[in-house]
Amino acid sequence: MEKTSPIVEIRNVSKTYRRGSYLVPVLADITFDIAEGEFLAIMGPSGSGKSTLLNLIAGIDHADEGSIVVAGEDITSLSETELARWRSGNVGFIFQFYNLIPVLTAFENVDLPLHLTGLTKQERREHVETALSMVNLLERLDHYPGQLSGGEQQRVAIARAIVTDPTILVADEPTGDLDRKSAQDVLNLMDRLNTELGKTIIMVTHDPHAAERAHVMRHLEKGVFDS
Amino acid sequence: MILPKMILKNAFRRKVRTGLTILAMGIAILAFGLLRTVLSAWYAGVDASSATRLVTRNSVSLIFPLPLSYLDKIRHTSGVKQVSYGNWFGGIYISEKNFFANFAVEPKSYLELYPEFVLPEAQKADFLRDRRGFVAGKKLAERFGWHTGDIVTLKGTIYPGDWDFVLRGIYTGRTQTADETQFFFHWDYLNETLKKRYPSMADQVGFYMIGVTDPHVSADVALEVDAMFANSRAETLTETEKAFVLGFISMTEAIVMVIKIVSLVIIVIIMAVVANTMAMTTRERTGEYAVLKTLGYSGLQIGTLIAGEALVITLSGCLLGIAMTYPAARFFTTSLGAYFPVFFVEPFTVVLDLGAALLVGLVAAVIPIRQAVVIRIADGLRRIG
Ligand SMILES: Nc1ncnc2c1ncn2[C@@H]1O[C@H](COP(=O)(O)OP(=O)(O)O)[C@@H](O)[C@H]1O
Ligand SMILES: [Mg+2]
Repeated sequence: MEKTSPIVEIRNVSKTYRRGSYLVPVLADITFDIAEGEFLAIMGPSGSGKSTLLNLIAGIDHADEGSIVVAGEDITSLSETELARWRSGNVGFIFQFYNLIPVLTAFENVDLPLHLTGLTKQERREHVETALSMVNLLERLDHYPGQLSGGEQQRVAIARAIVTDPTILVADEPTGDLDRKSAQDVLNLMDRLNTELGKTIIMVTHDPHAAERAHVMRHLEKGVFDS
Repeated sequence: MILPKMILKNAFRRKVRTGLTILAMGIAILAFGLLRTVLSAWYAGVDASSATRLVTRNSVSLIFPLPLSYLDKIRHTSGVKQVSYGNWFGGIYISEKNFFANFAVEPKSYLELYPEFVLPEAQKADFLRDRRGFVAGKKLAERFGWHTGDIVTLKGTIYPGDWDFVLRGIYTGRTQTADETQFFFHWDYLNETLKKRYPSMADQVGFYMIGVTDPHVSADVALEVDAMFANSRAETLTETEKAFVLGFISMTEAIVMVIKIVSLVIIVIIMAVVANTMAMTTRERTGEYAVLKTLGYSGLQIGTLIAGEALVITLSGCLLGIAMTYPAARFFTTSLGAYFPVFFVEPFTVVLDLGAALLVGLVAAVIPIRQAVVIRIADGLRRIG
């Protein structure tokens, strides 16, 4: 594998939750890089801090210590508002439970992140259609989430994640709620996004089948990587 | 924009819950609007009263009369343009529940003094010619199905016996606030009869009504009239018609206060109801709001979504309530017209309704917005899984 410059640099990151009167250390002094164009799988048992780490990289949670630099920007120094703007332009999210908005159609769900950009209606339409055709659901654009299968909903969610052409894609257990066949479809799709479009993907999973599709695998155990 | 669409769709996601909340809001607005209308009906007499009219009565109490001999003296006071006089008759038509106001008045001067009561010329002439004639307001005549020429018998309470009158004219109000439920007849008819049956009650006047040349002289005329009869057998109290009407109303000031408080209580209760609905709704959507925030939507946009939904509910309820207020007010007019001669929904009441709906919606959204904005995204997302 050729060496490329890191798109994510994580330096000495720690995170502790407070539960009632005692503290729960979740991440302890984590340092690692993610190369541009990498497909990384973070594995580990439940409760090991995988989601927490992913949330920190995606800028939806704050680290207690350390710094996280994504594409040259130190996101640990951004305010809440700046972080929201940064996320909308730089991060595509794929969740375990798809998290589509049930009152909006597939088209409108994919359109949602584009409303925060300055694109015209026509430009947005083109972007949404491109994203939906990439996940092979263009003919279902009028359908509501409730009218789609779990696998289809996750593919709509992937279209929503890539429609803004983000710097990184983060996925938290993207196949955790899917049957084997749908999970395969979703993983194939993520593979294509990585190989054909060169997307950097950070995926949290505890499914070995999912993890083996990634190029790099890291194992988190009690808040530290064992390597 | 996508937000208005989401607001509308979100509002009607739980159809039963939203429907019931809208219904509750509608009923609250209906109650609020009717109470407001009762209040304005209460004060309608004040609004209709003229600044150029004074009322003179016995200074001890309204139930004590004044001698008829005061008429000439009042008439010759400077600033006085016209004087009429009358007695509260207090007659009952068939049964006590048919209550309406009825007076004996000096007819010619009374009609001149009250130009807001519009009577066709022919009927006016008929009325002035017939000493047993009477005039009724349009609403009163409609209430009992009276037509001109009909004989109407009132049972006297203050003046015993059965009294027959012939309907000679039906007046209409020149403005919407004019009382169309009055019944008035010739003072002479009352007085002549009293002279025969109860001589001691004759030549007594319940009140004088004075028309002044200019509103500015009202106070001077009132002082002068009262000074004229000071230290006499029957001292007078002269006040503007407005003050006179308000004197009646102030006896019931406590009731007015109660109505105002109840109106406020209704608004507070419906606030709690809508706030509860919004709290349930937004708790269910915590995950969705977290997703929107994840995508980069701001607290302001999430707040707009929640406040918009609350306003859709309260304004729908408000429109429903307003739509119900008009037929309800019409029903009130037919069944309670005797007590509230002037009962109609003022445009300002609709403005107040809308204001209340706006206020309720915004207040009900405050706490849910706070919760949705303050919650950390990671915690919000966790609610889904
Ligand atoms: N908001 C929170 N408050 C308290 N404890 C939390 C919170 N979020 C996560 N945790 C705890 O942190 C640990 C790691 O959680 P998480 O990152 O979700 O693990 P994983 O995704 O690997 O299952 C768990 O013990 C979890 O209970
Ligand atoms: Mg997790």
